[in-house]
Amino acid sequence: MDVNTPVPTIYGYFLEKFGALWDQQTEELKADFGEKIEAILKPGTDKTDLPIIFVSKNGFHNLLTVLKEKHGYSFLTDYTASDEETAPRFHLIVHLMNPENKARIRVKVKLNENETIATLIPIWPGANWAEREIFDMFGIQFEGHPDLRRILMDIRWEGHPLRKDYPLRGYQVFITPEPLDPELLK
Amino acid sequence: MSDSENKKFINDVPLDIARFGLPGQYNISVKQDSDDIFEDSKVFVNIGPTHPAMHGAFRCMAKLNGEIIEKSYCEFGYTHRGKEKLGENRTYHQYVVYTDRLNYCSSLINNVTYAMAVERMMGIEVPERAIWIRMMCAEIARVIDHLICVGINAVDLGAFSYFLYGYHQREKAYTLIEKLCGARLTTSYTRIGGLMADAPDGWEKEVKEWVKETEAVIEEMDQLLTENRIWLKRTKDVAIFNKEQCLKYSFTGPNARAAGIDIDLRRDQPCMFYDKIDFDIPVAQVGDVFDRYFVRMEEMKQSLKMITQCADRIKKGPVWADDKRTRIPDKDVVYNTMEGLIHHFKFFMTGFKVPPGEAYTSFEAANGELGFYIISKGDSSAHRMRIRSPSFWHYQGLDPMIQGEFIADLVAALGSINVIAGELDR
Repeated sequence: MDVNTPVPTIYGYFLEKFGALWDQQTEELKADFGEKIEAILKPGTDKTDLPIIFVSKNGFHNLLTVLKEKHGYSFLTDYTASDEETAPRFHLIVHLMNPENKARIRVKVKLNENETIATLIPIWPGANWAEREIFDMFGIQFEGHPDLRRILMDIRWEGHPLRKDYPLRGYQVFITPEPLDPELLK
Repeated sequence: MSDSENKKFINDVPLDIARFGLPGQYNISVKQDSDDIFEDSKVFVNIGPTHPAMHGAFRCMAKLNGEIIEKSYCEFGYTHRGKEKLGENRTYHQYVVYTDRLNYCSSLINNVTYAMAVERMMGIEVPERAIWIRMMCAEIARVIDHLICVGINAVDLGAFSYFLYGYHQREKAYTLIEKLCGARLTTSYTRIGGLMADAPDGWEKEVKEWVKETEAVIEEMDQLLTENRIWLKRTKDVAIFNKEQCLKYSFTGPNARAAGIDIDLRRDQPCMFYDKIDFDIPVAQVGDVFDRYFVRMEEMKQSLKMITQCADRIKKGPVWADDKRTRIPDKDVVYNTMEGLIHHFKFFMTGFKVPPGEAYTSFEAANGELGFYIISKGDSSAHRMRIRSPSFWHYQGLDPMIQGEFIADLVAALGSINVIAGELDR
């Protein structure tokens, strides 16, 4: 087999089990949200294992609330981002799961550099640290986040490591330990 | 950094003041009358980063009113090694060793999950023998991880000998793993499309003997501690995290099942041959420290059952998928033919390419849902390698969990959610 031949990614039971359900749900979402949904990629035809819903920034929270309340995707599995190096630079990526039938779905938002987005904490309190990590690694600002500090790196660190233009070698040396913010315990 | 930001933090002062601040800053009022001291005086306690009760390098600051925790916040990141960035700059084959260092108590599960994630992207099907061995590995690693968790939780609360019973079996399990791959802790046993080496002859029999011994030992441990009155008093209704909170904070694995969330990805998302073997999933209701302990104890018994079933079904056969892209060439081919040498060189220097696409592959690791989300752009290293580690979400739940509990129960709560620093910091 030629190394460069694209192999369709197979996710057997997922597509068989939830294919019809996903089709129905994406149709409903399209009817509900109209133009706010930019694109829908589906497993089987596109190179993905779960349906990806690209939503515009102003419909993001509504869509997640509808997915949570109406379609039962009430479990936030993962919340992350990726640096795509194209015109809208960042993709915010949310993985959701339905605890009843264990179906999963993926929602993406495109964000430009220096663009902010409202926090997900009102919908899932557990998004707090995930957003701090995204801020730490990609430098995306979240409006309304109560405590948007770096979480993995030192708070005095400069640069955001998971951006593609971040240098792979180099040092930032601190001679004093990471200072505590006295406000945190008030 | 600007001047205004500098003022916010305390820099260029002696070390202890930089860490804890000047006494006046926290409004600590120490009263002379010893009767009043628990009324409204606040004490700040800092545990970690290097403290025996923290099981790794992380830190917890707590504001106490008497013995009750009023407010707390947790910090981590001391073992951050940039694994997600490394995933974008190493080939898929080179990345196997980095997965060991995620949850280092059960590194085989991480290896297996990572191999599954890349194989799905490439559409590779692994031969049967390799899958049975992987399943046995995953379950052995789960037993080891749970033995550590319940053992150390008991040590923290004062039951030391209980830990040593389990430790002995854990050492034996490590010896079994050593026979597989030569390493005890950082195994790197799986390869994309197969295994590093086949299991030695008679390995299954040794595993079965170990299972028999361990079943007896776990029974003994159960009798020693589970209904002990002191243990019950220290763990029952302590640090409760109920079902709604678990859903809010994305708890998975034994911690979620302790609160009544009946999700186990081995049953609900059957991968490998988990749908062909028979096992039960223990679920508790309350979600306190005792339930988390008890779910882990029962899970160990189930895992041992599963190991026996796998060992019975395992047959001779190849352990490598017959796929030229990922198969590492045999040494006699490499040393004796030119094509083999070139293949070997290309494999290790440039790596194989993974077709473009994206996939989120998750597996029930010892602590919860471990997921690898790989975005590939058709290169030999990933465009984005996201690791969804269960401990990250569990440690976030510690703050609300210990609100209003005693400071001594903080140690019990932390031990029971089994946060592993390597997995937390990535």
